[in-house]
Amino acid sequence: MSYISLSDQDKKEMLARIGISTTEELFCCFPDEIRLKRGLRLPAAMPEPELIWHFEALAAKNAAARYPSFLGAGSYVHFIPSIVDCLAARGEFVTPYTPYQPEVSQGTLQVVFEYQTLICQLTGMDVANASLYDGASAAAEAVLMAHRLNGRARVLVARSIHPHYRETIRTYTKNVGVTLDGIRAGETGAIDLDELAKKLDQDVAAVIVQSPNFFGCIENLEKIGQLAHDRQALLIATVAEAASLGILEAPGKLGADLVCGEAQSFGLPPSFGGPSLGFMGCRKEFVRQLPGRIAGQTKDVDGNRGFVLTLSTREQHIRREKATSNICTNQALCAVRATIYLETMGQNGLKEMALHNFHKAHYAADRLARLKGVRKKFSGKFFNEFVLEFPKSIQGLNGYLKGKGIIGGLDLGSFYPELGNCGLFCVTEVHKKDEIDGLVRAIEEGLR
Amino acid sequence: MIREPLIFEISAKGKRAFALPKLDVPLEKDALEGIPLRKEIADFPQVSEVEIVRHFTRLSQVNYCVDIGFYPLGSCTMKYNPKVNERAASLPGFIFSHPLAPEDLVQGNLEILKRIADSLSEIAGMDAFTIQPSAGAQGELTGMMLIRACLEDRGNPRKIVLIPDSAHGTNPSSAHLCGYRVQEIKSNRAGTVDLDDLSRNMTEDVAALMLTNPNTLGIFEWDIKKIAEIVHAKGGFLYMDGANMNALTGICRPGDAGVDVIHINLHKTFSTPHGGGGPGSGPVGVKNVLEPYLPVPIIKQSGSGYTLDFDRPKTIGRVRSFYGNYLVAVRALAYMLTLGPEGIKEIAEIAVLNANYIRKSLDKDYDLKYDSPTLHECVFSDKLQKAFGISNLDIAKRLIDYGVHPPTMSFPLIVPGALMIEPTETESKRDLDLFIEAMKKIAGEARDSAELLKSAPHHSYVRRLDETSAARNPVLKWEGSKTS
Repeated sequence: MSYISLSDQDKKEMLARIGISTTEELFCCFPDEIRLKRGLRLPAAMPEPELIWHFEALAAKNAAARYPSFLGAGSYVHFIPSIVDCLAARGEFVTPYTPYQPEVSQGTLQVVFEYQTLICQLTGMDVANASLYDGASAAAEAVLMAHRLNGRARVLVARSIHPHYRETIRTYTKNVGVTLDGIRAGETGAIDLDELAKKLDQDVAAVIVQSPNFFGCIENLEKIGQLAHDRQALLIATVAEAASLGILEAPGKLGADLVCGEAQSFGLPPSFGGPSLGFMGCRKEFVRQLPGRIAGQTKDVDGNRGFVLTLSTREQHIRREKATSNICTNQALCAVRATIYLETMGQNGLKEMALHNFHKAHYAADRLARLKGVRKKFSGKFFNEFVLEFPKSIQGLNGYLKGKGIIGGLDLGSFYPELGNCGLFCVTEVHKKDEIDGLVRAIEEGLR
Repeated sequence: MIREPLIFEISAKGKRAFALPKLDVPLEKDALEGIPLRKEIADFPQVSEVEIVRHFTRLSQVNYCVDIGFYPLGSCTMKYNPKVNERAASLPGFIFSHPLAPEDLVQGNLEILKRIADSLSEIAGMDAFTIQPSAGAQGELTGMMLIRACLEDRGNPRKIVLIPDSAHGTNPSSAHLCGYRVQEIKSNRAGTVDLDDLSRNMTEDVAALMLTNPNTLGIFEWDIKKIAEIVHAKGGFLYMDGANMNALTGICRPGDAGVDVIHINLHKTFSTPHGGGGPGSGPVGVKNVLEPYLPVPIIKQSGSGYTLDFDRPKTIGRVRSFYGNYLVAVRALAYMLTLGPEGIKEIAEIAVLNANYIRKSLDKDYDLKYDSPTLHECVFSDKLQKAFGISNLDIAKRLIDYGVHPPTMSFPLIVPGALMIEPTETESKRDLDLFIEAMKKIAGEARDSAELLKSAPHHSYVRRLDETSAARNPVLKWEGSKTS
């Protein structure tokens, strides 16, 4: 099967107009020595039915998609209302390019403008960009932005930030003169404020924390913000589980100067990790250093409201090496999905969804912590994820659960050696009480 | 015409479009105490389901897209996005699998990641690929980091990256983010890299040359072997921006021509939809010498199946979470399997045929600064129309009145007033002819009725927008009555 739309006659006429007789002549500029003189060694073409059967067979090898799962850790399962798939699948949203010609791209541009507004409402920031790749790269971009804003070179990174985010921050900062220093988590699971106070000095550009953090615990952003601001450092709040914003106070209201993170929870399935949706917002006075595309409102020559990509002098195609970031393609269609999702959930739906997460997770944590030898590792307040410590190896326990058709919590030992027998569990509004009770029973059996 | 309001402007207290089942667990009293909670999300929308459906349907109708018609944005490769790829990428087994699930329960996903990497290696002539980078720009950054890591290992990361003056703006920006100073290399009269300028600048302080090939004029850098030799002789690396790979598939493999690192845009060459700006995917391919530095994890295949390998002491680390834009890779693999090896070669053949047909059909009406043979795209300019006070912007906006999307404008920078046209291989002759006819009419209008162009577009949902005041007085979100 091919997607070529030319008939043999068309080709003949086109070659004739060009003045050649075969398509081969179009490649006359290639030195012979670098031409590929054999066919590509790839599987033979598959007609559509065969292709679909092939992919169905591959998808069937992912039993993970069928099991009840209690994994979160940066990728979450939430219920997606039917209209999200239906509207976001429209070719008019799926198949345009970046809206460089605003007169024929008002659909995408207005949706992005609404998306930016929703992100500002949720985060308490004054401005938001049109999206970044994912939470991890958004966190890295935020660190670089803080460095540009105040010229300081040291950044304090909470160890309770998602390990992938920390690794990405490390990769992005390693060649541009930014040094990183970690802040450990205390008994509560939140960051150790004493250590933070000690490490905060006049060289610190920013403190970056995640809330709820990787262990599910809610950080004291207000206090962290005060400590940072006392030293004229910036507070970057990153959010990996955006559903929490349905009930938690906006980080911007608690002192965050930049808010970034992952909005996959807003209408995107886990998708084996991607595509997801990086977001970022900041205070108004920082907007000229914000990376990524931004939509803005304007008027056309007839005085009608319209939207355009704006402040593009920050961007690589104008400023080249002096740009605020090299990003151009972002996650626009994911932002469209998030916008449809958030507008569907609305003021009440989003709050109720977040509350369901909270209460179901607390029910699960409570029942599990009653099992013999099992304890909550951290005493801090949490949203929809929590860490449990088991009397035996979590690998063994997870193996037992797998045999029962359940995917248990994340083995934290591979990320934090000191959390050897600990598992990170996530419970959302999609987990029915039966499934939670089933998990509790299976773990009880597995521990016997 | 109905002017579609912002959703916030039709929001009213108490309306809703979603409800959850009753909470089926007992409430833990006091659990919420001590947590900083919000009372409400100020101004957050409250609308009905039908209002949302109409809102987005109407907004979709004021978007131009590939499904509607010809979209000749140069260097963007706006080809048809096959629907079967969407179906493959929406199978529950893919979308509902968690990225941290046990490896034996996600063998299908790991197999797909391995196969797409291997297929890209075969097409580009490289030894290994990572699928982690989320878009072309992140691919560039990753590729440059690999080079830097390898040079550091050899004792000196070097200071400079050479970039031709015809390159995308992302190239200098990516090199800069990687800690390098950028030195521009001139193009010669033929529109290719000036080898003398390259030789002069290629010193032992230079880490790499970032080369787009075919370049942004659509011209193949036919001296690529010599270019590679010049760069390699001084211990540097040849990076290739593979954004224009659509001209080369099955014809020439960059790896065979001396390229050390390449990124490929799955959302260009391999037909995954651009989504109004993303998600894309920018896999990076390398020769063996750079393989140890690839981001973690990489996928390994053994007798017992596929595994994730994190034990890579020389890795540059991660450039994002998890494994990249996985569902984009699923679509790209579906596309390769649909086409097969012959179909993949046909991509380049027909893309180049279509572009040359347009070039030949319009070369009397528009100025072509460089007359070298071109491949998948051609770059005209507004030089002939300038005489009548008409710019490339006016031409682009007038095209909208004729129902086609304008070409890429004002790029590359070495062609003043550029109109960069890339038709791709999927267009019919009828659509190509409609575009050619519109461009010819516009050339005539520029001469005879310039005002018609300067005030274009006339029939679109909005007319020419004031971008200057948008940037001068930025309004970047809805602010209630203040902006209504």
